[in-house]
Amino acid sequence: MAKLKLNLITGRTIHQGVAMEGGKEKDAYTKACGIIEMDPSDLKKLGIWKGTNVRVTSEWGSVVVKAVEATQGPHPGLAYIPMGPWANSVVNPKTYSTGMPTFKGVPIEVEPAINEPVLSSIQLVQKKCRGEA
Amino acid sequence: MSKSVTDVICPFCGTLCDDLEVIVSDDGKKIEDIYNACAIGAEKFMHAQAPERVKRPRMQQPDGSYKEVSYDEAVEYTARMLFNAKKPLMYGWSSTSCEAQSVGHEIAEKVGAIVDNTATVCHGTTLIAVQDVGIPSCTLGEIKNRADRIIFWGCNPCHAHPRHQSRYSVFPRGFFTNKGHMNRKVIVVDPRVTDTAKLADYHYQVEQGRDYELLSAFRVALRNEPLPETVAGIPREKIIEGAEVMKSGRFGIIFFGMGVTQSLSKNHNIDNAIMLTKDLNEFTKFSIMAMRGHYNVTGSGQVLGWQFGYPFSVDLSRGFARYNPGETSSNDLLRRGEVDAVFVLGSDPGAHFPISSVKKIAELPSVCVDPHITPTSEISKLHVPVAFVGVEVGGNCYRMDNVPIEARKVVDPPEGVLTDVEFLTRVNARLDQLMGGK
Ligand code: SF4
Repeated sequence: MAKLKLNLITGRTIHQGVAMEGGKEKDAYTKACGIIEMDPSDLKKLGIWKGTNVRVTSEWGSVVVKAVEATQGPHPGLAYIPMGPWANSVVNPKTYSTGMPTFKGVPIEVEPAINEPVLSSIQLVQKKCRGEA
Repeated sequence: MSKSVTDVICPFCGTLCDDLEVIVSDDGKKIEDIYNACAIGAEKFMHAQAPERVKRPRMQQPDGSYKEVSYDEAVEYTARMLFNAKKPLMYGWSSTSCEAQSVGHEIAEKVGAIVDNTATVCHGTTLIAVQDVGIPSCTLGEIKNRADRIIFWGCNPCHAHPRHQSRYSVFPRGFFTNKGHMNRKVIVVDPRVTDTAKLADYHYQVEQGRDYELLSAFRVALRNEPLPETVAGIPREKIIEGAEVMKSGRFGIIFFGMGVTQSLSKNHNIDNAIMLTKDLNEFTKFSIMAMRGHYNVTGSGQVLGWQFGYPFSVDLSRGFARYNPGETSSNDLLRRGEVDAVFVLGSDPGAHFPISSVKKIAELPSVCVDPHITPTSEISKLHVPVAFVGVEVGGNCYRMDNVPIEARKVVDPPEGVLTDVEFLTRVNARLDQLMGGK
């Protein structure tokens, strides 16, 4: 199946902020942060519609999120996952002696994962901690 | 009849808006409406009222489920965990008051803990740069009244600090800026066409991670030295034009965010941004300010600074304060397995640390003090719900420009729920007993 290499950055969105304050155990938080914003041209390259679940894999981990069309683009080649446990499943934890993990500029690979569900934040973190996901 | 509480502080982001109006029911128990807050601030106040809110501490059971326990048991578990640990990590401190931070530091000193705040994953690299090269800064009030060149570098206030632009940086009419945004030129540097970039006069869509080059290029342009055709994806002419815009202002400010602190080069990006600010002062007045995220992460740095001399990643395990980001910082400690207990208050590392660090927290004795259910609370051995600072209890907080503002209480916490300060004070007293007055 098609795979696409992208450069990942993470950060805040207002939906992330609102949903986080509304409760991280809620569906709204998954909808706000369990996503990957991709440029329309990259969605095309991958051959998927927006709204398709995709598996994002980096050297440091892997996670399933929903691919959506970037609203703050165009930014071909760049992908954006709002800060949260989904993004943090794949970011580069190395701090290079600064204390700061490398949350931005993470090489990732994206592939369609139509039949895999996007887990809620709590499920995701608990499963990862138990070594199940 | 409902009553209105005015001049309420919003305890969400570092903008620390102080003009909220909250409508409270007559008995002072229920929040009915909120004016002036942005969507995030309003949600924060409203969620405090959620019926499903956890009101008693919960202890993790062997099967992973949680069982309600009393605050007494929670105090006992926390005190014993910290007492027994050789090198506990006490992390968070950014969503609470300076008063609570101070009690937390007293405990940390007693048990020989490492105290770290959320700067470690947001502006820690800024703090390192400031220690290296200093910082010419100012207050948000000065920006409102004077600034006519506004640069947002690697930050997106439309999303992260929604009222920043309307209260201070772009739209307000100030003393020398009486035409509001007509007086100002806004430059945004961001690899995406962010909503902030869409409002700007100039957008530099820098190649991701190449901020250092672009900062250097602006410094070269200021010196009228030759530049290559493009730098970091930006054509030479645009760089020269940007440098002219910056120079020609009467008062400029660079706001910067995670785009530069979290990308590779990290603290060196900030060094360079500060040096650009210094260079610009050859031509006009320029300042620079970090867009701090949590409403009181600045306060945590302040309190740690005046108590121990360092703003984050303070290691007290040897009986004196040490500071060495990369060694005494949370993620490095967790990844290397150097701590043997984790206490979290006023932050959610479960959601905001890389998963490899989160796994380590789940393996250790751990306490999470947080009004919300969060990924951290759901992997910690003990979750202690507390009152919301700035909603149900007052306390001192520092805005992103280091101005202290007293947060207000608008409603009572649910019956029997302790505040951060009350819980910490009880843990501290119990530790005194355990240590036999040592
Ligand atoms: S801008 Fe920040 S401080 Fe102001 S209301 Fe919004 S979240 Fe609260």
